[in-house]
Amino acid sequence: MKKLVALMMALAMLLSVASVVAEDAITLKIAHIGPTTGAAALYGLATLHGAEVAAAEINEAGGKYKIELINEDDEHNVEKVINAYNAALDAGAQMILGTTTSKPCEAAGAQGYTDRVFFLTPSASSTAVIEDKDNVFQICFTDPNQGKASAQYIAEHKLGQKIAVIYNNADVYSTGIRDTFVPTAQELGLEIVSETTFTDETTDFTVQVADAQNAGAEIVFLPIYYTPASLILKTAADKAYKPIFFGVDGMDGILSVEGFDTSLAEGVMLLTPFVATSTDEKVVNFVTKYQAAYNEIPIQFAADAYDGIYILVAAAEKAGITSEMSAEEACDLLIAAIQEITVDGITGSMTWDETGAVTKTPMAATIVNGEYVFE
Amino acid sequence: MIFLDNLMNGLSLGSIYAIIALGYTMVYGIAKMLNFAHGDVIMVGAYIAFCGLQYWGLPPIVAILAAMVVCTVLGITIEGLAYRPLRQAASLAVLITAIGMSYLLQNVALMIWGANPKSFPRTFINSSILHIGGLNVSSATIYTILANVVIMIALTLFTAKTKMGKAMRCVSEDRGAAELMGINVNRTISVTFAIGSALAAIAGVLLCSSYPILQPTTGSMPGIKAFTAAVFGGIGSIPGAMLGGVLLGVIEIFGKAYISTELGDAIVFAVLIVVLLVKPSGLLGKPVREKV
Repeated sequence: MKKLVALMMALAMLLSVASVVAEDAITLKIAHIGPTTGAAALYGLATLHGAEVAAAEINEAGGKYKIELINEDDEHNVEKVINAYNAALDAGAQMILGTTTSKPCEAAGAQGYTDRVFFLTPSASSTAVIEDKDNVFQICFTDPNQGKASAQYIAEHKLGQKIAVIYNNADVYSTGIRDTFVPTAQELGLEIVSETTFTDETTDFTVQVADAQNAGAEIVFLPIYYTPASLILKTAADKAYKPIFFGVDGMDGILSVEGFDTSLAEGVMLLTPFVATSTDEKVVNFVTKYQAAYNEIPIQFAADAYDGIYILVAAAEKAGITSEMSAEEACDLLIAAIQEITVDGITGSMTWDETGAVTKTPMAATIVNGEYVFE
Repeated sequence: MIFLDNLMNGLSLGSIYAIIALGYTMVYGIAKMLNFAHGDVIMVGAYIAFCGLQYWGLPPIVAILAAMVVCTVLGITIEGLAYRPLRQAASLAVLITAIGMSYLLQNVALMIWGANPKSFPRTFINSSILHIGGLNVSSATIYTILANVVIMIALTLFTAKTKMGKAMRCVSEDRGAAELMGINVNRTISVTFAIGSALAAIAGVLLCSSYPILQPTTGSMPGIKAFTAAVFGGIGSIPGAMLGGVLLGVIEIFGKAYISTELGDAIVFAVLIVVLLVKPSGLLGKPVREKV
């Protein structure tokens, strides 16, 4: 017992010494909010892990800033996200990296607008996330921009003329992309030959796939998440239908589904700013560290969140945020600062305007032999 | 051609509903309770088969057998722990317990296997595509329809010919009288759950062979649809479950194909309402006379 007390005392002393040493560094309290459990957990865990890698890097480097990462789970649920948001503020968060998914981000961002809390979302891409709010900024493209960029990419690279679209009309993410993809594609002289929908509960896609097949579509555009996409790929394979499947960032992650037969995804294209197999020095560094920590290849969401921490630090530096500032005090300073910085991250070089949308170049990857490859 | 293609897709989907509906209908027919956890037993069965194939490298048949054994034990355990103590309780209490059990199974699965969806591996069941007169049909469809017919015939024979089957029919007809005649009611109901759960394992494997995404909520929507199918066909009737399931699948696919992909589910449930208005006991159900 005595020994234990002595040990504790020693530890306490050590800790107090450590805190004295770290005192000159400014501690930024950043809350990550995302679904770390539930149906969208793959995304929430990816953004959390990406942020953790960046935070560890910054803390190890021992520079001017220290990152204290707070994590709250929103289960991809619009009610639970408000609890998560309140819990994050109670824990002393000064700014929020999140939320990971669109619908919860709309809800939390609106609350943050009233409370004056700065949000930088790695991956919530619907326009509603940034609409009518000056406090929310994005790292990924907005959905409309993804739809537009996809149509332009398809037209520019002459991938095909007849296009089928299968989208989830119960999801703002999916409908948002579809709503700009279709008019842009038509403007560019592409033909939409089939358009079918589904909802969150759908597991049977035979009708949607048959419609595209019978209409003779050469490209099937899938502005959806990877779970239904994997079922669509399976159904198409069963029907011996082999168009080019073109997805957006929600398709990212399809290769890491356990047990997934990657041959089904052969030739699938997706719009993505990040590919883990890239030889870029910064990407390699991130992927190596991520793999060492989580024994997994990072997806785009992880890369976005990794950049997110660096963007927050850059904005905090520009704004002169200190350890003592509250979320409310920091908010307006960060809003002004982020519009003045350019961040060269692993997902590209990014700038922001007052709408909260990011500007960066679109890139598309193809799945070859179970890996993403840039053209 | 498109019509035939849709019909085949409908039959395939319907057969899966039918095989799940058989479990609902058996338990309802004999124990007179709605086992809402049935859909989640299917999910557990699918996960066990997934583990067998993916982690333990078992041959598909052995993995399916393992899933059946685990589900049987699970079914008997659920019945013994949660439902048996409520045998004399109001049917509402049993219903709520069943819903609670459904959530418990989902959350335990979430703890064990995590939230990330898993893709069910390819087995002999869904590895090939058959070309029948210009139609492309997945082998999973054929296996599902075959399994369905075999199970229906086997169950009908079992309840008609064997001693245990007769005991089941007795318990179904009049539990009190059956007990007086020396039938062990608890054991009979346990056996019913065992059979229903073993069927659930097969249904899980077939469901995930056709729609290879596996997550803790995999069983819930098909479970509800199959329950609808069982009511549609006449709950308690074994051929009724089969007919109801197949019809429901065909209606769903036709509704989606010819009316609207968005309204597929709404059409299914609207048809159910119409059938129940016209024939309240379902297509093949026996009308129950109320004694006043």
